[in-house]
Amino acid sequence: MKITFPHMGNTYIALKVIFEELGAEVVIPPKCNKNTLELGTLYSPELMCIPFKITVGNYLESIEKGADTMFMWGGCDVCRIGYYNTLQKDILQSLGYEIQMFCLEPMKNINDVKNFLKKLSFVSGSKNYIKVLPIFIKGLRTLYEIDELDDLVIKIRPRELNRGAVDRLYSSFKEDVNNANGYKSIVETIRRYKEKLLKIEIDKDKEVLRVGIVGEIYTVVEPFINQYLIERLGNMGVEVHRSVTSSEFIKEQLDFIPFLKSDKEEVHRGAKPYLNTEIGGHARHTVGNTVLYSEKNYDGVIHLMPFTCMPEIVAGSILSIVEKDKDIPILKLVLDEMTGESGYLTRIEAFIDLLLNRRESKFYERDISWS
Amino acid sequence: MPIKVGIPSALLFYDYYPLWITFFEELGADVIVSKNTNKEIVDMGIKNTVDEACLPVKVFHGHVLDLKNKVDLIFIPRITSVSKYEYICPKFCGLPEMIKYSIKDLPEIIDTNIDFRKSKKNLNRTVMEIGGYITKDVKKIKNAFEIAMKEYSRYKDLIKKGFLPIDTLKKDIYSKGDFFRGKAKVLLLGHPYNIYDPHISMDLVQKLRKHNLTVVTCESFCEEAMNEKAATLDKKMFWSFGRKILGTVLSAIKNDEICGIIYLSSFGCGLDSVIGDIAERRIRRDSNKPFTLLTIDEHTGEAGVDTRIEAFVDMIKWRDEHENNLSPHRKFIHSN
Repeated sequence: MKITFPHMGNTYIALKVIFEELGAEVVIPPKCNKNTLELGTLYSPELMCIPFKITVGNYLESIEKGADTMFMWGGCDVCRIGYYNTLQKDILQSLGYEIQMFCLEPMKNINDVKNFLKKLSFVSGSKNYIKVLPIFIKGLRTLYEIDELDDLVIKIRPRELNRGAVDRLYSSFKEDVNNANGYKSIVETIRRYKEKLLKIEIDKDKEVLRVGIVGEIYTVVEPFINQYLIERLGNMGVEVHRSVTSSEFIKEQLDFIPFLKSDKEEVHRGAKPYLNTEIGGHARHTVGNTVLYSEKNYDGVIHLMPFTCMPEIVAGSILSIVEKDKDIPILKLVLDEMTGESGYLTRIEAFIDLLLNRRESKFYERDISWS
Repeated sequence: MPIKVGIPSALLFYDYYPLWITFFEELGADVIVSKNTNKEIVDMGIKNTVDEACLPVKVFHGHVLDLKNKVDLIFIPRITSVSKYEYICPKFCGLPEMIKYSIKDLPEIIDTNIDFRKSKKNLNRTVMEIGGYITKDVKKIKNAFEIAMKEYSRYKDLIKKGFLPIDTLKKDIYSKGDFFRGKAKVLLLGHPYNIYDPHISMDLVQKLRKHNLTVVTCESFCEEAMNEKAATLDKKMFWSFGRKILGTVLSAIKNDEICGIIYLSSFGCGLDSVIGDIAERRIRRDSNKPFTLLTIDEHTGEAGVDTRIEAFVDMIKWRDEHENNLSPHRKFIHSN
């Protein structure tokens, strides 16, 4: 069995750990690129959202590399992601590929976790799903480690003294982690690079802009689709905070387990005056996190969404009021296969200029009013 | 003076209007339905909605604006789910918020949450909550709801007979008995608010009828057969619209009376991108019925749509004339 899964930022490292520990052969699809997008767009429904198209592209490229089993997560109810796997199976079958697909359904209680573990144990060929649990936990740990590393990267990047130091280190990290196999050596690699990162020379007193990123999880986490937004902002000297990450998402999915704590309640509290119900996708998080960012005195918020994303459209229309109420600038970026790079860059640069000017004028206001 | 309740005649209005109107009228309110969709309403809606929203949602904003200064209460329920373990659409869940934060100085909104996803137990409470905006008399609300339900089931019977909501909205529905004139039936798929709004659909139903075709929709299909067919899908369809449309498609494939299928979708509709694709795949794979997908938005030109409808109708008619008499002796099948 050769197993593959779609890309979503760095989650592939954690998935690689899980499936390798289970004893399956893992085929990692090539990093998302133009070819992936073109392949995916060709075979997907026209008005489908961009994550679907990229995922189809990932599968097709993996199949070329010899994969025969697909892993996919089915999502949170109201939104289209719940039907991704069925439709993708149909598409691949009509292209003549006989593949197997298994799907991670949203988990609401311990029983769902058990069912998922049973599915996983099927990969390893053993029937004892209890044995799978430690492997699943190893995967989760890897995910946390990676997200910690990424958070560190986006903190250090705007403050580095030698420009490009972080990016150089990060690309060599990617190479090393792809060559590492198994939980132990992968986690070791991550930790080693964490230490290296901390040794990078930084300007501690540098006043950097702080921008929060909200929106649909795939567009936030996958750098190819958001046009390397986080890296770009970092190199412009902006500290970025991602409100949704894969590890936080998993935490929220599993927070019925007593010892796991997520920020879900805090986010819901923030969203309460505007949107006090779950409408699918990450809409509630988008609204809630924007409010939280304004409370934490961030300079601005960037709202990312795939074109035609239903929950984010609702969130977007609410954000226009939040922007006025909380006096925080919000830039909405809609992403799809037609997104052009230069137009996108211009908008980001203009937004950052605006934030810089705002900060300056706020600074003067503070100085002039004797307080 | 009675309270004036405004009902926007958009989105689920075409599915439920007898229920809603009768209910509020029985409660003693003055019901004001917004004007039929026209250019002005569409334009107002577009100006006041986020750019990415789909046409029906924009039109809904227009209808609310039409009612804004005429009424004391506007009925915009949050319709999360009307069927077990199913949803309507994420945009419907957030509709009251979208309206509230896009349009200023609105009268009070009846934004009761209608959610029967887990069970219909809270039906009574939901009805009381909606009625509570008009009167505090529990008995009166109960009574009004009963009468409204009777009216609604009468309406549903008419729909089952093959009338479409646009026919029932006219006062003398039986006077023009030519709806079922044509022998050939065309199945018109899509969300009710796209199909039945003559302005949005550019009068698609009447255009097809003019070509001597009978138009059938999901609403006039047998529900049991539809549910049975929908249950055969690989994964449970968790959108009510989707289950209805796909169930209809699967039973229509086997139905010889139906000689063509048209799917009317609005640009940017998340549900249609999935449902439309599954429907198209099934129809192409399991039948040889002609299928066309018409996508509409606020920029759609009528001439282009007309051409496509005409071509589609021609295709159906040519099939009828030529398809069954293919000559085995290599003779021309066309007369000239």
